[in-house]
Amino acid sequence: MQLSGKDILDISSLSMDEINLILDTAERMKEINQRPVKKVPPLKGKTIVLFFHEPSTRTKLSFDIAAKRLSADSISMAASSSSMVKGETLLDTAKTLEAMNPDIIVIRHSSSGAPHFIAKHLKASVINGGDGMHAHPTQALLDMMSVRQKKGRLDGLKIAVIGDIAHSRVARSNIEGFTKMGSEVVVAGPPTMIPIGIESMGARVAYSTDEAVKGADVVMMLRIQKERQGDFLFPSEREYAREFGLNPKRLEKAAPDAIVMHPGPMNRGVEISSDIADCGRSVILEQVSNGVALRMALFLLLSGGVKNVDED
Amino acid sequence: MLTKISGGHVIDPGYINARMDIWIKDGSIFEVCEEGKGTLESSSPDRIINAAGKIVVPGLIDMHVHLREPGHEYKETIETGLKAAVAGGFTAVCCMPNTKPVNDNAQITSFILEKARQAGLAKVYPVAAISLGLKGDSLAEYAELKTAGAIAVSDDGMPVSSGRLMRNAMEYASCFGLLTIAHCEDHELACNGCMNEGSVSTRLGLRGIPNISESIMVMRDIELSDLTGVPVHIAHVSARESVNAIREGKKRGIKVTAETAPHYFTLTDEAVGNYDTNAKMNPPLRTETDRLAVIKGLEDGTLDIIATDHAPHSVLEKELEFDKAANGICGLETSLGLSMKLVHDGIIGMESLVRLMSTRPAEILGKDNHLKPGNNADIAIIDPDAEWKVDSSKFQGKSKNTPFNGWDLKGRAVMTIVDGRIVFEL
Repeated sequence: MQLSGKDILDISSLSMDEINLILDTAERMKEINQRPVKKVPPLKGKTIVLFFHEPSTRTKLSFDIAAKRLSADSISMAASSSSMVKGETLLDTAKTLEAMNPDIIVIRHSSSGAPHFIAKHLKASVINGGDGMHAHPTQALLDMMSVRQKKGRLDGLKIAVIGDIAHSRVARSNIEGFTKMGSEVVVAGPPTMIPIGIESMGARVAYSTDEAVKGADVVMMLRIQKERQGDFLFPSEREYAREFGLNPKRLEKAAPDAIVMHPGPMNRGVEISSDIADCGRSVILEQVSNGVALRMALFLLLSGGVKNVDED
Repeated sequence: MLTKISGGHVIDPGYINARMDIWIKDGSIFEVCEEGKGTLESSSPDRIINAAGKIVVPGLIDMHVHLREPGHEYKETIETGLKAAVAGGFTAVCCMPNTKPVNDNAQITSFILEKARQAGLAKVYPVAAISLGLKGDSLAEYAELKTAGAIAVSDDGMPVSSGRLMRNAMEYASCFGLLTIAHCEDHELACNGCMNEGSVSTRLGLRGIPNISESIMVMRDIELSDLTGVPVHIAHVSARESVNAIREGKKRGIKVTAETAPHYFTLTDEAVGNYDTNAKMNPPLRTETDRLAVIKGLEDGTLDIIATDHAPHSVLEKELEFDKAANGICGLETSLGLSMKLVHDGIIGMESLVRLMSTRPAEILGKDNHLKPGNNADIAIIDPDAEWKVDSSKFQGKSKNTPFNGWDLKGRAVMTIVDGRIVFEL
């Protein structure tokens, strides 16, 4: 089986079978990352451009490592060093990139829909590395991978996603992903952070963390963007931590074997208490490890399969 | 010069709805009479226009267009805008002041009128700025603007945040007979949004603009009209709450009039699809409930007229990330075809449509464009059953931004006559 489209732009355009294929492939990539020599040749001669129009360290690093472990040539391009600071439009940047014949472009952009725009104009495969408040499909896929590892399945679970849902692309992609795979997703946060119509994406809304966490198999906390305090979303970090943050007492309400997730970077003491972040139920660092394997899987699948890796 | 428009179905709301001949002499209407029974019947006209099977109406008037000149001639010039206008059946348009420089002084108003005169197509009624530079700080010089030819004032595109400035503008404009046109938007509530706030914006991760960012200002301006006794015209109504507020205002006897645009009764926010910037406008496309409320408003007279908010943009402003793209669509050449759908669907009658697009805008602007002797011969001839496909590459205007490209429409203008001259013929 192969992926049907040339791009990975969001979760909604992937079928259940495609998601399973991606997760299965990622599982096989994990082993490569454990080897003493962490490099295989299947993407030798392929060019992958990492076009990060918005600052990001961890996601970019994760894509970069994934590319290099498959022997692709990965080239980073940041907005600050590109001609976009000289006034070049995204369309011109896309056309310039196209002229250089890359095979895959990973784009992170502050505008929702920018990867769709780029993909429309390029022959290369485009992977959305996070666009505005819209989607972060690779994060959702690695989250699904992490949950499947711990729970052995993705269906029939209760997933609580807590925090600033309105501004979170991670939340949107996870809602689409987990509900597609048969889980129930409950989102929670203060009403100022719950966008209108989120139910239409398949999520149930709770305005209390306690209610959302109750009986949850997975508790996923989202980062509070401190710069948003000027947007009147919440009065103070102190009040947020007390009312909506995850602490040991609150986690007790979850299923006994519930796991704790966070896409990072974390504000310790705000959305998540430090002891929870470091406890045995936290899979936060495994999410990071899985991220590399998952992105390797996507590179491989978009380049036409996994055959070469198995032969290596 | 004597022209006879022969055998068309003449619709002039409230006056005529019958098969008639129209005689035009030296640019003015000489007579509207029963077929073949005109007083000049024995004379031989210089030109006979056969309008059999067509509808002949007072020229359409678009109260809300952007002609982009001066300043943005690469998007549209006054001449190309007017070519688009006459191709849509319009014999007059009101052009908004957000040019560069802004039409906040007599020189710009005069420049626009001179360019329009040179183009010799549709008539132009310039709308001047409410505030200098559209900045919302101080009033423009209305007396001089009126003398130069301005017909109304509006800070269209730049909502007047200050209630005090808006009140004073309305009061001051009224003493020069200038209509105040309100672009109703609470900037704070709109909060840099780029489409309607709702499940679609949530799914696409785009910042939403709530309905009340419009309606709250509609309510304010209705109250200001009540306070001052001065008429106010509400531009491009998109939200159901605004329709309700205007309906209530009219019931209270307040002198409020309002317009909507074809896209608000034809499309919903679903048209944004996968970030199609051709569906980006301000106010944004709303939900189905709003669309139906706008249609209801047109049906019951709450919304007085159909305008287009014709907003040409080049690919430079549209081939961009959605949140960075410019607002607006080209409207002049599709307005009639889209509005005719209301007639073909049996929602309103043809006479109502003519009122919405022709005679009522004239009334609001203080003009008389009825088909009666002595009036200028500004006339549109419409083929109500002409089936055609929208092809933006064939637009007469310079820009091609429309969400309706490829749509099949029924009904269009086949001839437009201004001051007795044929300025467009299909």
